[in-house]
Amino acid sequence: MRDAALLVAALREPRSAERLGAGEWTSLISMARAESLMGSLAYRLQGLALPEKVERLLEDARNDAEQVRRQALWEAEMARRALAPLGVPVLLLKGTAYAAAGVSAGLGRSIGDLDILVPRESLGKVETALLGAGWEWVKEDAYDDLYYRRWMHELPPLIHRERDRMIDVHHTILPLTARSTPDASALIADSVSLESGLRVLSPPDMIVHAAAHLFADGDLAGGLRNLWDIDRMLREFRTRDGFWSSLGDRARLHQLGREVSRALRLAEDLYGTPVDRRLAGRRASFDRLFKRRLLARNGWGQTTDKPLRLAFYARSHWLRMPPLMLARHLWTKARK
Amino acid sequence: MRHSHALQVGPVAFRLGSEWRQPIEALKQLYAGYPAPDGPCDFTVRLEAETPWRRWLRPAVAIRGDYTLPDAVPMALAHGLLAAEMGMNLQMALGQKRYLLLHASSVERDGKALLMTGASGSGKSTLSAILGEQGWRFMGDEFALLDMDDGRLHPFPRAVSLKNQAVLVLEEIVGGDRFGPVLRNTPKGTIRHLRPNEEAVARMREPARPVLILFPQYGRGLQAAVRPVGQAEIFVRLTQASTNYVALGEPGYGALCRLVTGTPARAIDYSSTEAALTLIDGLWGEFA
Repeated sequence: MRDAALLVAALREPRSAERLGAGEWTSLISMARAESLMGSLAYRLQGLALPEKVERLLEDARNDAEQVRRQALWEAEMARRALAPLGVPVLLLKGTAYAAAGVSAGLGRSIGDLDILVPRESLGKVETALLGAGWEWVKEDAYDDLYYRRWMHELPPLIHRERDRMIDVHHTILPLTARSTPDASALIADSVSLESGLRVLSPPDMIVHAAAHLFADGDLAGGLRNLWDIDRMLREFRTRDGFWSSLGDRARLHQLGREVSRALRLAEDLYGTPVDRRLAGRRASFDRLFKRRLLARNGWGQTTDKPLRLAFYARSHWLRMPPLMLARHLWTKARK
Repeated sequence: MRHSHALQVGPVAFRLGSEWRQPIEALKQLYAGYPAPDGPCDFTVRLEAETPWRRWLRPAVAIRGDYTLPDAVPMALAHGLLAAEMGMNLQMALGQKRYLLLHASSVERDGKALLMTGASGSGKSTLSAILGEQGWRFMGDEFALLDMDDGRLHPFPRAVSLKNQAVLVLEEIVGGDRFGPVLRNTPKGTIRHLRPNEEAVARMREPARPVLILFPQYGRGLQAAVRPVGQAEIFVRLTQASTNYVALGEPGYGALCRLVTGTPARAIDYSSTEAALTLIDGLWGEFA
């Protein structure tokens, strides 16, 4: 098994899994765990005629995902209670948002930290309220702390001293030093309220954020999972009136048109996602490299294609900050 | 990976891969006679070079797999077998979600199981290995797997990890061909693995109902004694002895409550193997 095509095939066409042998199942499970897609896969394959042992493993994964979901929603509720007195809008992002909003991308999805977004001018109040409710700083490093506060789109991570869970408090969806500047106040203005009073991004903004996270920030680690989120959301939202044109509008507004187009093309290529041709645009020469990077994992769950991974890692820093600043950042980090 | 082996231990199947031959060869020898998995494996363990050049130059074995601890210290290649064992433990501790995992040893007689748990050095592992040679069926010395649906314990008869003095004690009782290599200067001192006997391996898929929980405590010159333990204390001690109690949520809580309320428990103090065996014998007669 030289790349993760087996995993993509099982997600895209679940019935293909009915033909797998024991060795292939072992590989598939290792790859799915390595890509944080085990829960999603387990739901995707539910109801097929599968070997008993496989069925047990998938059932365990579904039960585990359910527990992860419950814990994530509880953590969101804890943050809601801590922040409610401030009267500021609190948006859930990523995994917790999918679970809370009940969108299909949340089905079986792995969820790590709690990610929330608040208005930038409320950051100070929010920070104080969280510290007062039992969250503490993780990093005690002056440079890192200053770096986060000056250049990042989030506060330095906080961890709750009793529940041992992390929270990332964002004020926008990309670092301030990135090439694109999303319109954070538009994200909040268009957000949707949930029953609890917490909010989530509007459907088009959810997709724009996922695409930004995948292609404009980071080195594509966990990319198959993020692209799977995008596939699920596109399939769910595309039937709504005017969805594609509002997706295009929002992508432009947030200066993330290129990223959204690329997400559409790669989702179509890997997961067979139905997409709007005009918005997806023409195939770009780099698409092939992105695809290879997304699939760079073998049947032992190991990462492969070191040079390409390194190139994307370098790219992630390049995207994140201008060259001179990058040089200064790496210099400071290296001396520590 | 270059070298690999698959292993069935109780209800759990492992796939182990290694960049070096030695750990896999040692594993195959230690687990000779164990069945091969009859389907897909639950977990994959990988023994990899910490960095590419560390495959040859002062080889350093990094323990990775489906579940990996980010800051784990790599091990010397001479301890490759131990790395493989730790790799399997790690998968269970972080990835096992079907059973409530108790860091405990267990043995069975007449279809009933005795569960022993305690801190490192309490002797739970050594006692289970000795009992396994004296008419009991050895079920496991590291993890006991509590079925959350029916409350039975599933065997997990991995090789017994004997440390320091315990190596000598078991070498007296058991013939040589069931022992692994002597591993000196490991982080836990001298370690030697012992393959459970044929009965333990042959009956590895047979669960048993727990009927007695013991908290053994070994101490030089410690007066042999049996002490009652309150249910609240048993509960808390077992949550501390479980690696996945928190991750399992409500089903884990329910299963543990049923185990604690339905199973008598005692703490035993002892200073010699004979003393411990006498106490266990007496308590077994009383409760089983």
